[in-house]
Amino acid sequence: MHAPLPPSAPLLSLERITKRFGPHTAVDGVSLDLAAGEVFCLLGPSGCGKSTLLRLVAGFEAPDAGAIRLDGADLTALPPHRRPVNMMFQSYALFPHMSVAANVGYGLKGLSLSRRQAAERVENLMKLVRLEGFEARNPDKLSGGQRQRVALARALAREPKLLLLDEPLGALDRTLREETQGELRAIQRRLGTGFVVVTHDPAEAMALADRIGVIERGRLVQVGPARDLYERPANRFVAGLLGDVNLIEGRLGPDEPGGLRTVETALGPIRASGEGAAGAAVVVAVRPERLGLGGAGGLPGTLLEQTFLGDRIRSRIAMADGSVLRASAALPMTEPMPNVGAAVTVAIPADAARVLPA
Amino acid sequence: MSAFARTALGLALVFLYAPILVLVVYSFNDSKLVTVWGGFSTRWYAVLFADGPLIAAALVSLKVALLSAAIAGVLGTLAALALDRHGRFRGRGAYTGLLYAPMVMPEVITGLSLLLLFVGIGLDRGIATIVIAHATFATGFVAVVVGARLKGLDRSLEEAAADLGASPARVFFGITLPLIAPSVAAGFLLAFTLSLDDLVIASFVSGPGATTLPMRLYSQVRLGVNPEINAASTLMIATVGLVVLAASWLTARRGQGA
Amino acid sequence: MSGRFARLLVRGLPLVWLVLFFLVPFAVTLKISFSSPATAQPPYLPVIDWQGGLEGWREFLEALDFQNYRMIVEDALYRDAALSSLGYAGLATAILALIGTPTAYAMARASARWQPILVALVIVPFWTSFLIRVYAWIAILKPEGLLNGALTKLGLIASPLPILDSPTGVLVGLTYAYLPFMVLPLYAVMSRLDPTLLEAAADLGAGRMRAFFTLTLPLALPGLAAGALLCFIPMVGEFIIPDLLGGSDTLMLGRVLWSEFFSNRDWPLASAVAVLLLILIVGPVVLFREAEMRREEAAEGRGR
Repeated sequence: MHAPLPPSAPLLSLERITKRFGPHTAVDGVSLDLAAGEVFCLLGPSGCGKSTLLRLVAGFEAPDAGAIRLDGADLTALPPHRRPVNMMFQSYALFPHMSVAANVGYGLKGLSLSRRQAAERVENLMKLVRLEGFEARNPDKLSGGQRQRVALARALAREPKLLLLDEPLGALDRTLREETQGELRAIQRRLGTGFVVVTHDPAEAMALADRIGVIERGRLVQVGPARDLYERPANRFVAGLLGDVNLIEGRLGPDEPGGLRTVETALGPIRASGEGAAGAAVVVAVRPERLGLGGAGGLPGTLLEQTFLGDRIRSRIAMADGSVLRASAALPMTEPMPNVGAAVTVAIPADAARVLPA
Repeated sequence: MSAFARTALGLALVFLYAPILVLVVYSFNDSKLVTVWGGFSTRWYAVLFADGPLIAAALVSLKVALLSAAIAGVLGTLAALALDRHGRFRGRGAYTGLLYAPMVMPEVITGLSLLLLFVGIGLDRGIATIVIAHATFATGFVAVVVGARLKGLDRSLEEAAADLGASPARVFFGITLPLIAPSVAAGFLLAFTLSLDDLVIASFVSGPGATTLPMRLYSQVRLGVNPEINAASTLMIATVGLVVLAASWLTARRGQGA
Repeated sequence: MSGRFARLLVRGLPLVWLVLFFLVPFAVTLKISFSSPATAQPPYLPVIDWQGGLEGWREFLEALDFQNYRMIVEDALYRDAALSSLGYAGLATAILALIGTPTAYAMARASARWQPILVALVIVPFWTSFLIRVYAWIAILKPEGLLNGALTKLGLIASPLPILDSPTGVLVGLTYAYLPFMVLPLYAVMSRLDPTLLEAAADLGAGRMRAFFTLTLPLALPGLAAGALLCFIPMVGEFIIPDLLGGSDTLMLGRVLWSEFFSNRDWPLASAVAVLLLILIVGPVVLFREAEMRREEAAEGRGR
């Protein structure tokens, strides 16, 4: 899978990076280009290699193969303290024996700033993360959200072209996380710094990222804007990672003009978009919210269960072949819902059905 | 089980402290007989402070303890860093064994073999040889104490410093060392105490003119129970007690993040 | 300072020191254990003639012999001392396990506020002088001492028990001095035990006793093994306790070595005793490390 090139020259460029730990390949031939000012999310389950990829860029690990370039300069052999990128750690890694201001100003040494310039920069950063007045505090005396903002300010102090964020919101509770997402985006837009964010949370990735790269067992399987990934996932893994999905197994029909194909399934023929050789075993992926309940000409089934979720209703429908499909309808609805046990029909719109490799 | 275990704990503590208590109480005994109470008195402390050889021995002990603890502190910290940071280097198992073996080695063996070495290479026996011997067996203890702290240290703190442009030297002296400093101090204190405490090894490797406090006390203890030794012991226990109290007070304060 | 040089320094400095002052002395001791005593300075023969070259070495090697070891094997004194050293250390280790296990268990189950205090209480005596703590027992165990005095007053005994200068005195001293070394490793393992395990056992109907013997004790075995080793090894070579509390009849190798060296000035024989002592304690260490390695392998196997 090759990532589409951003229009201008890339800020960060990873070329076929591979990293092994003993027999385990943590990162497997990853190539990727990032544009300046972009927020890029590396998304995947824990242990998939996304954090290792971040640590390779920061310089804490050395790749077994491949090259890392920033603005065209090769970083691969540079130790971490010589790399013009900075990192915000998952644990924040605030130095417990230094004040908040000393933490934020730690990276300024060796930047040939005057004492006043350095103090000014710290002051501005404290303002940026809204922590004025906390300069002399010890990091232990801060709340989780405040610690997160100190970590962010500290990582931004050297004005890196690229900021690496390892699960930046992972340690915060849910309400704080949503608020902080917005703040993080606002700060990023104001500074124009490129962000690479590692997260295992698809909602977070979709909320933050300009583009998302999905990593599965060390490989970059798909790169693109959230909506592309959601609507046109490259495989079942990506489809399932970004949200609930119905997968219907079948066999792909012959090529047709107009892009749509017919898939023969146990439920009957389904029209879907996608590529593949005629006769190949495939799955048709349909998001629950795109399934239409009721209406004429759908596939017959029985309503098994209905769950009220506040803003929508989720239904489970038993199909003729014994499989179960999940549908989700937004509230309020114009038509009344059928009762549990009633016969219903399920419509699968062709523009919502994707052909994926089995 | 619980009541039984709690009783066992209580008895164990009594067992641990009763002899020390007896020692302290009888240091204030006016009688020369250690087992007969003859009224409260501080006369044995007066005797103690007039005992020139004993005080000289105490000074030798202090000097030896300071020097050997300083050497063991450096060597033990380096060894702990090597074991924690250098990963699975070749000969790591042997390295660990060599580091920890002196801790459990019977003192008579360590003492005798070091003496034979010193005689073999013609090194004059005295304070220097005791310092070398004590530093050798205390290094492992320091390494254990510092190693435990290093293990609990969040690696990302050092990575964050490197990420913010700090050179390896600045990371070590600005981040790692301050964060493990309490354990280095604890290791130093442990090495210091072990040195002050040692009789057997010092007896082997010391020469004329280098009599440590335990050696001096031992020569008197061999002659039987003596209230002056009780007084000396009480002072030593009080010193240790104060140091332990101060250390726990310091760590408690640090724990509050003041 | 280059990174490689720093690494070399960090790893190499302690290594050089320990090789020089721990390994080399052993080699020297081993060599001297094959020499004969002499009234010279140093008091043993042969001495390597460094100027003699190869010829000097040959002469030196020919003069080495096994007479010290023959003496150790043939003279009942050394055999008895070796056996009784093992006996005292083994018995004291067993007593320590019996006392230490419930003590550590009670510490581990104490409230979180009390645990550090209890740990400190167990450690503090260790910080006070070993010699003094052993000395303190003399006044207690003497025939006219405090223990006998108290027992006589209570009418429990008619005449003083001869505890000082007896094997009992040695056992009391060993148990006393090494108790922290048994309790602390046991406590370290027991306090890390997930308390929900015991709750689960109780939930499944196990009483306190059964939970202790089926859960706590088996899971604390590594701590018990570590504690036993930590006590057993130095006790085999112990000198101060048998010397002060054991009387002149108590035979332990540490004491024999001491008197061969200081009283008889027989350095070669003292060296041979040191080698024998080392052989005696290497066995348990090897066994312990093997068990430890097997346990680690098993744990890793489970982890996969």
